[in-house]
Amino acid sequence: MRTRSVGMIATALAVVLTAAACGGNDNSGSGDTKPATDPKSLSAQLTWWDTSDPKNEGPAFQELIKKFNASYPNVKVDYQSVPFADAQNKFKTAAAAKSGAPDILRAEVAWVPELASLGYLYNLDGSELLKDESDFLATPMSSNKYAGKTYGVPQVTDSLALLYNKKMFEAAGITAAPKTWAEVKTAAAAIKSKTGKQALFVNSGGYFLLPFIYGEGGDVVDAAAKKITVNGPQAVAGIKIAQDLVKDGTAVKPPANDAYGNMMTLFKEQKVAMIINGPWEVNNIKSAPTFGGLENLGVAPVPGGSVKAGGPVGGHNYTIWSGMPQEKVQAAVAFVKFMASAESQAFLAEKVGLLPTRTSAYDLPGVKSNATVASFKPVLEAAVARPWIPEGGQFFGPMDKMAVEVLVQNKDAKASLDTVAKTYKSEVVKDYSN
Amino acid sequence: MSTATVERRTPDTAPGREQAPPGRLRRSWDKYWYAWAMVTPVVIVLGVLVFYPLARGIYLSFTDLTEANQQREVCTPSITGELTCQANPNGWKFVGLDNYIQVLSGQIGQFWPQFWTTLIWTVACVVVTYSIGMGLAVLLNRPIRGRGIYRVLLILPWAVPGFVSAFSWRFMFNQEFGVVNGLLKAIGMQPVAWFDNQWTALTTAIITNVWLGVPFMIVTLLGGLTAIPAELYEAATIDGATPWQRFKNVTLPGLRPVSMTVLLLSTIWTFNMFPVIFLVTRGQPAGQTEILVTGAYRAAFEGIRNYSLASTYGVLILSILLVFSVFYRRALRKQGEVW
Repeated sequence: MRTRSVGMIATALAVVLTAAACGGNDNSGSGDTKPATDPKSLSAQLTWWDTSDPKNEGPAFQELIKKFNASYPNVKVDYQSVPFADAQNKFKTAAAAKSGAPDILRAEVAWVPELASLGYLYNLDGSELLKDESDFLATPMSSNKYAGKTYGVPQVTDSLALLYNKKMFEAAGITAAPKTWAEVKTAAAAIKSKTGKQALFVNSGGYFLLPFIYGEGGDVVDAAAKKITVNGPQAVAGIKIAQDLVKDGTAVKPPANDAYGNMMTLFKEQKVAMIINGPWEVNNIKSAPTFGGLENLGVAPVPGGSVKAGGPVGGHNYTIWSGMPQEKVQAAVAFVKFMASAESQAFLAEKVGLLPTRTSAYDLPGVKSNATVASFKPVLEAAVARPWIPEGGQFFGPMDKMAVEVLVQNKDAKASLDTVAKTYKSEVVKDYSN
Repeated sequence: MSTATVERRTPDTAPGREQAPPGRLRRSWDKYWYAWAMVTPVVIVLGVLVFYPLARGIYLSFTDLTEANQQREVCTPSITGELTCQANPNGWKFVGLDNYIQVLSGQIGQFWPQFWTTLIWTVACVVVTYSIGMGLAVLLNRPIRGRGIYRVLLILPWAVPGFVSAFSWRFMFNQEFGVVNGLLKAIGMQPVAWFDNQWTALTTAIITNVWLGVPFMIVTLLGGLTAIPAELYEAATIDGATPWQRFKNVTLPGLRPVSMTVLLLSTIWTFNMFPVIFLVTRGQPAGQTEILVTGAYRAAFEGIRNYSLASTYGVLILSILLVFSVFYRRALRKQGEVW
């Protein structure tokens, strides 16, 4: 397209001009081949869109920026908190218009392949950021790869886990967290009869039903074989288990709207003993006055089905906008490198319980002694990688509908999943087979 | 729209002018050049702001343009400096009526269920809003104490940003913690799972929209009421008309010009009322309260954006409203309304 080539020429020009400018700039004399020059001489203005919770997590990130500025005083980081729900669309709009996009974006794992396929992200291959790539946990790192290239570094990882109320478990005489859905049923019966409270809340969202599908050995699609498997026998069996939990009263019947919010309120007010949720809510639960702090919070891997136990891997990555001028690259790389370093990850883990994505971070004392992070380690080991394709983000719209139909309206699981598969075929992954 | 007619008239009358003496067009230009000069800015502004986007939208609906195939080549700059460009293997192309066939046959999206929901939603909202607005306007038109305060208070919903009210209403209808179910429980009734059923969910959205829409009705209808000459009421009273007869035979006909305009506007707005559905029911349960505009948004803007599909929906919605407006005008003209 015409506009595209204009943009290319502009980018090419910018590159050339930058090179020329750098060549003429002889304040250090050592040239720009050596990236690790004096941090103080690096000067740039960077914008960062943070999509984390502004109340629970945001302050910790801002503290990190202050630490970064202690060693890089001339790199100004303009921290902007953007609501997670809007960030992807806002970024795409701005990137397509080639103006107004942030230099650095905290992108959810499923966004990266999509944004990379659209050419909105810098390819990070060959940069300092990927020098110690093997230190990153393999499953979160895999979300940054698209068509053989790497477009981001993992900031935080997560997966769904069984979060439970220890006091309520004690009152019900349960000593170990349930490991299968069958054990959940027995535990639920005990909780309901001994405490009179609700036992389990399963959010009626597609993402939250993935453990049930994985548990029976199913998945949404088989990306390698280009096949839609969401209505396969394993997936149907998994969703039926979830439906049964609601039907027989083990789980609260979720409302169709605001189910997530209700789930969290009930859990924090100790009105429900178990929820399926991720580490991102740990800080929120910790600070809830009605819950009783972290001592009361139990974390266990998500219960398993007949095949295995595992939740979908989630988390966020640092990505760099491809429209960022080349002269800012050094500063951006330095910033991301600092933010993704083992020390920064350990700081975030200690402060707000975010799970590090580096193996080495787990050996740091601050992380090792953190009970919550330690309790999530087995959860992460069981995490299942999602299909990292550009269409990955579109899987959940139809899945969410299915979740409400099955859990709230008690419709037939197979029929609902068939509709999902049909939508995938006609709208999401048209070249996949059914 | 007068400029549009001016613009159109030129080609229409051109053939007639061809037979005229050659100097005539020129003489008309000499004589009326200032008129053309005056009209030009408006024509340009309308062209840029209205007609070009419209034409572009219609054109896009015949293509398969999406965010992923809009570029002829995808370029990814590497952090090390080089720029790799790859030809996009499936660039966008003209596909004729494919989009319309797929949308109207239900292969993509849920056009027909959403169409019926939209109709029910629009009729219910407009009827209820208009009736309540009319009632309150008539009440406020009488000399009562504190009328000014009532008027201000009733217009308040207008002053609250729409999304704030939408969120408040959604929370008020929350099954577990909402105030509505709290009241129901307090008077000994069963709480209602508002968003679990298509019709109760739609009701919550309609209530929200009525709350938001009534102030507009009050303001416009009050304006209409003050325009009805008091003599008519006096004469009716002298003739012994009951209040109901006065309302039916004086107020309603007197309000007719205002009502017709207001109803048309309100219909079009409600038909396209995106925020209320999007924020209050969020399409729940399972997309059953999605109206055409929100359905189009979900179909086209979740994940990789589908511009051609969005345009197709847009053209379809525009066509529906156009047909409605044409019939509405024709019906009015039959009744001798000048509008």
